[in-house]
Amino acid sequence: MRKDPTRPPHYGMIAQFSEAEDLMNAAKKAREFGYEKVEAYTPYALEGLVDVLNNRDDRVPWVVFWCGIIGAALGFLMQCWISIVDFPMNVGGRPNFSWPSFIPITFECGILSAAFGAVIGMLVMNGLPLPHHPLFAAPNFESATRDKFFLCIESSDSKYDRNETRRFLEGLGAETVSEVNW
Amino acid sequence: MKTETLKHKTQEEVLIEGEHNYATLTDKISDIVLEQKPPRQWFIVFGFAFFGLTCLMVAAGWLFIIGVGIWGVNIPVGWGFAIINFVWWIGIGHAGTLISAILLLMRQRWRNSINRLAETMTLFAVMCAGMFPILHLGRPWIFYWLIPYPNALGVWPQFRSPLVWDVFAVTTYLTVSLLFWYVGLIPDLATLRDKAKSKLGQVLSGIFALGWRGAASHWHRYESAYLLLAGLSTPLVVSVHSVVSLDFAVSIIPGWHTTIFPPYFVAGAIYSGFAMVLTLVIPIRKWWHLEDLVTMRHLEWMARIMLATGLIVFYGYLVEAFYGFYSGNPYEWFMIKNRALGPYSNIYWALILCNGIMPQFLWIKSVRNSIAWLFFLSLVVNTGMWLERFVIVITSLHRDYMPSSWGMYTPTIWDWLTWIGTFGFFLTGMVLFVRFLPTIPIAEIKHLFHSMKHEKPKEVEVKV
Repeated sequence: MRKDPTRPPHYGMIAQFSEAEDLMNAAKKAREFGYEKVEAYTPYALEGLVDVLNNRDDRVPWVVFWCGIIGAALGFLMQCWISIVDFPMNVGGRPNFSWPSFIPITFECGILSAAFGAVIGMLVMNGLPLPHHPLFAAPNFESATRDKFFLCIESSDSKYDRNETRRFLEGLGAETVSEVNW
Repeated sequence: MKTETLKHKTQEEVLIEGEHNYATLTDKISDIVLEQKPPRQWFIVFGFAFFGLTCLMVAAGWLFIIGVGIWGVNIPVGWGFAIINFVWWIGIGHAGTLISAILLLMRQRWRNSINRLAETMTLFAVMCAGMFPILHLGRPWIFYWLIPYPNALGVWPQFRSPLVWDVFAVTTYLTVSLLFWYVGLIPDLATLRDKAKSKLGQVLSGIFALGWRGAASHWHRYESAYLLLAGLSTPLVVSVHSVVSLDFAVSIIPGWHTTIFPPYFVAGAIYSGFAMVLTLVIPIRKWWHLEDLVTMRHLEWMARIMLATGLIVFYGYLVEAFYGFYSGNPYEWFMIKNRALGPYSNIYWALILCNGIMPQFLWIKSVRNSIAWLFFLSLVVNTGMWLERFVIVITSLHRDYMPSSWGMYTPTIWDWLTWIGTFGFFLTGMVLFVRFLPTIPIAEIKHLFHSMKHEKPKEVEVKV
């Protein structure tokens, strides 16, 4: 990676906990203390953690909703255009605009695009896929997907100070505190 | 008599047995993939499955060379094994999404132990299902004519036909099931990436884990996307099998043209799907010693759902018979009599035995708690559902309005080989899945473990 002179020398400071409650507690304390750029890493979804960290983002349901609506509308219009304009077929003198028989496919198109919206929307907002992240090099970080809980204060935070942040995290009862390099 | 308040966990709540913590739960599931050698039975099943897959290759290859004439289908029975098996497989495919999606929406925590297996079963079952209509086309290599794309001939599919609805319903179902399954796998793939020792394992799981690192904000969006996918899949399941049933119900053949078909087909699908989950999960939990995670309680609940849906299906049979009688339509009434007393009556009564009578044993608690009984009944139900599709397709077609156009249907060796072949395909897929991916969702089991550890024991009033 090219050196950027304005970039801080480290990604951040990470603390390891072995209990979910300790992490919750630490996250709460860090926010109360005034740190803004805080992120927690857990082996499973921990309820309420985003609210504690103030990281809540509820855009996914809207993406899904609009994808579903647009997909269903496009599916319906496609069938109408094909059956009325481009390829009308006279079957026993029935009307070309026989919309009830278009409903099943409209429904399936809506579901399909909503599902793609959910998956792609979630991944894009999460910044995934990501080939590499500085945290992957952090000590013992591989246990974040096994049984350990991590709290990371990023160096881009205005209150970040190498020594002070380390002392702060150690004061929260962390098992280990380590600096994460880029 | 006095009432005492006791503090203890009711039996219902014990979903993870044995002594565990986050690390042992993770290791127990991921070691199946990363550390353990598969048991001897795995190789035996794999051998059988691969043999079946070879049968499919041969049967499909011969079909491509000669044409559908090698099958037993002819006028009047133009829909034979291909459609029977299509409906049967797609029915089996439905329990996966149902277990995953509906139980997730209902916050049924016992789903966690079986949902991955059931979803995988869905994927392979739907693939097996999809093969049959394509092979049945006569010229399977141009199956893409069913998809609306701007071709040079200016020809479009007929959107008023349920067969075109089928194409949309089944492909949407397969795609959404795949997305749901893969999204569920992402955190577990990250676990595999972090635990794998071999270079190949690290690289492959690393690619598919997409850089997942379990950040709190990621988990939040992930959970909401997962829940929404579940919410989308639930009506999807119902719509897919309803559309499949409309293939029949939109026609005017006696015995097909009934309004009970969509709900009756959906119930049947769930019924056979749960039976197949039991068939698969019973050996898997034994061979890989997963009794802690897939407890007897899980099996018993599946048996209860099987009993409930089985009763709905049985109600469907009764309504069909009653409808034939009450409609006053001589063709309908003849069809019912022909089913029960005609040339295929033995199959009809075998169906009633398998689907109507045998499952009633599930009312008995000791049967629901016996592995041998459950395994046996799951096989009976799978057979019964196949017979049901046979009865619906064949008995209605082979004698309809004109006695001059009656006929019989006999499947040929190629029909059987194709069917056995799809079993091989299905089992090969399942066997490889159990070996190479976590059979039980690791992250969800840990979440369940966390919430079980932290909830207060319920106060239960016990009359003494």
